[in-house]
Amino acid sequence: MEHALDTTLTVNGTVVRRRIPARMHLIDFLREELGLTGSHVACEHGVCGACTVRVDGEIRRGCLMLAVQADGKTVDTVEGLSDSGELRELQQAFHEKNALQCGYCTPGMLLTALELVSHRPGASREEIREYLSGNLCRCTGYQAIVDAVETVLELKRKGGHA
Amino acid sequence: MNDRTDIALLVPVAEKPEAPAKPRVQTGYVGQSVPRANARRLLQGRGAFVDDLRFPRLAHAAFFRSPHAHARIRRLEFKQALRSPGVIAVFDGRAIAEYCTPWVAVLAHLKGIKSPPQHAVAIERACWQGEAVAAVVAETRAQAEDAVAQIEAEWEELPVVTDMDEALAGRTVIHPDLGDNICFSRSLETEGFADAFAKADLVVEETYGMGRHTGVTLEARAILADYNAAEHSLTVYHATQAPHMMQDVFSRHLNIPEANVRVICKDVGGSFGIKVHVYPDEMATAALSVMLRRPVKFVADRLESFLTDIHAREHRATVRLACTREGRIVGFDLDDLTAIGPYSVYPRTSGIEGNQVVNLTGGPYAHKAYRAKMNVVFTNKNVTCQYRAVGHPIAVALTEGIVDLAAARLGMDPAEFRRRNLIPDDAYPYTFPSGIKFEKLSHHRCLEKLLELMDYRALREEQKGLRAKGVHRGIGLAAMIEVTNPSPAFYGVGGARISAQDGATVRLEPTGMVTCLASVTEQGQGTEAVFAQVCADAVGVSIDKVRVITGDTGTTPYGGGTWASRGAGIGGEAVLQAGKALRSNILDLAAAILNTDRNSLEVRANAVYDKASGESRLPFSEVGRIGYFRPDTLPLKFQSELTVTRHYTPREYGFTFTNGIQASLVEVDVETGFVKLLKHWCVEDCGTVINPMLVDEQIRGGIVQGIGAAMLEECLYSAEGQLLNGSLADYLVPMTGDTPDIEVAHVVTPTVQSELGAKGVGEAGTAGAPGAVMNAINDALAPLGARVTVQPFTPERILKALGKVQ
Repeated sequence: MEHALDTTLTVNGTVVRRRIPARMHLIDFLREELGLTGSHVACEHGVCGACTVRVDGEIRRGCLMLAVQADGKTVDTVEGLSDSGELRELQQAFHEKNALQCGYCTPGMLLTALELVSHRPGASREEIREYLSGNLCRCTGYQAIVDAVETVLELKRKGGHA
Repeated sequence: MNDRTDIALLVPVAEKPEAPAKPRVQTGYVGQSVPRANARRLLQGRGAFVDDLRFPRLAHAAFFRSPHAHARIRRLEFKQALRSPGVIAVFDGRAIAEYCTPWVAVLAHLKGIKSPPQHAVAIERACWQGEAVAAVVAETRAQAEDAVAQIEAEWEELPVVTDMDEALAGRTVIHPDLGDNICFSRSLETEGFADAFAKADLVVEETYGMGRHTGVTLEARAILADYNAAEHSLTVYHATQAPHMMQDVFSRHLNIPEANVRVICKDVGGSFGIKVHVYPDEMATAALSVMLRRPVKFVADRLESFLTDIHAREHRATVRLACTREGRIVGFDLDDLTAIGPYSVYPRTSGIEGNQVVNLTGGPYAHKAYRAKMNVVFTNKNVTCQYRAVGHPIAVALTEGIVDLAAARLGMDPAEFRRRNLIPDDAYPYTFPSGIKFEKLSHHRCLEKLLELMDYRALREEQKGLRAKGVHRGIGLAAMIEVTNPSPAFYGVGGARISAQDGATVRLEPTGMVTCLASVTEQGQGTEAVFAQVCADAVGVSIDKVRVITGDTGTTPYGGGTWASRGAGIGGEAVLQAGKALRSNILDLAAAILNTDRNSLEVRANAVYDKASGESRLPFSEVGRIGYFRPDTLPLKFQSELTVTRHYTPREYGFTFTNGIQASLVEVDVETGFVKLLKHWCVEDCGTVINPMLVDEQIRGGIVQGIGAAMLEECLYSAEGQLLNGSLADYLVPMTGDTPDIEVAHVVTPTVQSELGAKGVGEAGTAGAPGAVMNAINDALAPLGARVTVQPFTPERILKALGKVQ
């Protein structure tokens, strides 16, 4: 029998209890077990950032963390952060600037951008590029993404709301 | 959005139709930067990529792949694998071949092209590292992979050919039945070529190398095949660019009637040409579904992607340019060698890329003399085939590289040299020495616009000042031509069952909404958005009324899909014609309802109006209601037709060429060899710009892929044919910090072949960027007497050119 552990975690505000194989990655648990397919799998070795989720308030790569390591923790995904409205301004800016094409990197990109917006409200264009440099987008060439994040930061600095 | 509650935002689908406020009525969407409606679901993680789909009894495939570049399979032992938990079946190539016939990728118009039959899963012999030799199906992917690790194989290693020259020399022949390692050759020479070169004042020569690289779609290749034994039907959910082509391929190779095969592409996570080919492991997955009578899914992992997604662009080309001392180019001479792996890729073949290099070299210039020789050879590396901008990045880089070299030898400014040699804007229609025909290009207007946009003169002044301070900046230009909107001359004429025409069905719904079904597919480039714009204008409705459906052979008209920068130009014209026909039919129905002369009516903004008074007579919702539910109130002989289908095929020219020019500004650190890309510009002429934002984003994304080729990307193989850097940790692609801001501008020369006037734009960025970057680096290095010609331009190569390392 496969080695498995009883695990309790909070995913998008809901408490989830499961017996989870020890080797299962967090991203596979979210996608395969919970059907939260918004976070994507693209490299599975921690380079591309497509599987970025939030664990206890910090972004993590879902492919570099085992699901059982999330025991007792709070996990937020793009689905939950969309429903809660936390991502709303970024989503709107991404939409208006066309800061996505195929959309495969987008959930991960949004989560990284969300952390940037809260941690680095004064970020310059160069600093935005630096902060997002762990998220691979093969479609856009990044400029529109930087533009969208910059727009949200400016909006925040002006104290406005989307 | 200010007045909406959070809940309303969460339900975008319901938001619009139920919104009580009247939508802004607006026509004239073509030409506006309308955001993509389908981006909303992707932004919320509510897309539907193949791996997101859930099916009852879904089984998962994984493949046992050859660890050797060339080896005979002595024995495969499945005993242990079959005992592995969750395993449903394990098959070798012979078992799968019972259900899936092999293919040979040749085209009649590529004279002499040859390739051996290729099976879904190799039988007897593996010809590259990563070729699948057995398939495992299990209840989960993890279990399938566990079982793959339990397969035992006994191999007899065979001689490996990895070097292009070795392959050409043919001392070891990979496929003995073919006689040599040459897949395809082409040569041409214009009349008077030798004379032109003999009389030239200056002949410059240089050899350029392009690194073999790959597309790295963020969503890996993915397929879910669902065979229904009761009706002998196959439904395939597929991350593909060409669903109808795949329908035909599945039908013929799995022996299922075409009408019983349905290919559905929901969201596709990037394609760039990677997902327009027939992949053996995907064919095997479809066969496995038939064999096991249940849905089977295969999603390549990233390591498999590097080993098996098509590679491209492994070329070495020597080019010569002849010109007069006044700076007039008289001719080009090309000798190109390219290696494609052990098989020509089905069904487009691996001869096209080299063929394009021959077609396009020297492309923007007004010379008359041209000679070309090109060999495509087999090697024991992964296969290569058409990747975004097919052949263009090679042709542009070597043309623009040699053009800059000639300008330097003449002591002429590169912009001025181009000005003297670009085909004049009033010379069209124009036949190029390689035989291709240009309808109408705008090289000179693009050049002048670019120089103004970048403030070329000021940059040159700044460069001079900085050089004095030891800062090595370089400015590079690259003019280009680009194949778009291909006619049947591209594939169909060679016998490939690849559609050059596309179709659109446009339907007025009872509520006055419009549904548009189109055969061109969406991969994120914005197909559905531009079709909605064209459709809204053509029918006369506001864009919120239009729904576009693509990517389903079961519902859309027949067509080619997405490739060769054809979606907007060909598919868009079909939508335009279908929309106009629907508008006409709506007027017929309205005239019948109102019992009035049709010519007194017109359509504007979701309603039928009286032309003379401008009074609204009938909203579309009323047209729809009566047309569908109360036809009893209409004249007895009148039948409304509120669904219309139209198709479009470009025929007048083989290709609708576009043109453009790019510029790159770089700074080279001559101590470390690192290059900082400071800025990039592109002026492009894609004819009618349907959506400026989406067009510019296509160009930007394309440029960054070209920058990847120029600076970072190369699939490195050992002499034994082992891929050395097959992971994203080792194979570098541009990340946010590697890319400059990119300014894009347009010259607009609509094609006269279609009413819409749109040409393609998806590949232009990738076509020109490597050449522009190369020229910029060499411009920076010029005062130091150094020059680089082999991509990617790594720090090591730059330091070698500077003589700082061996």
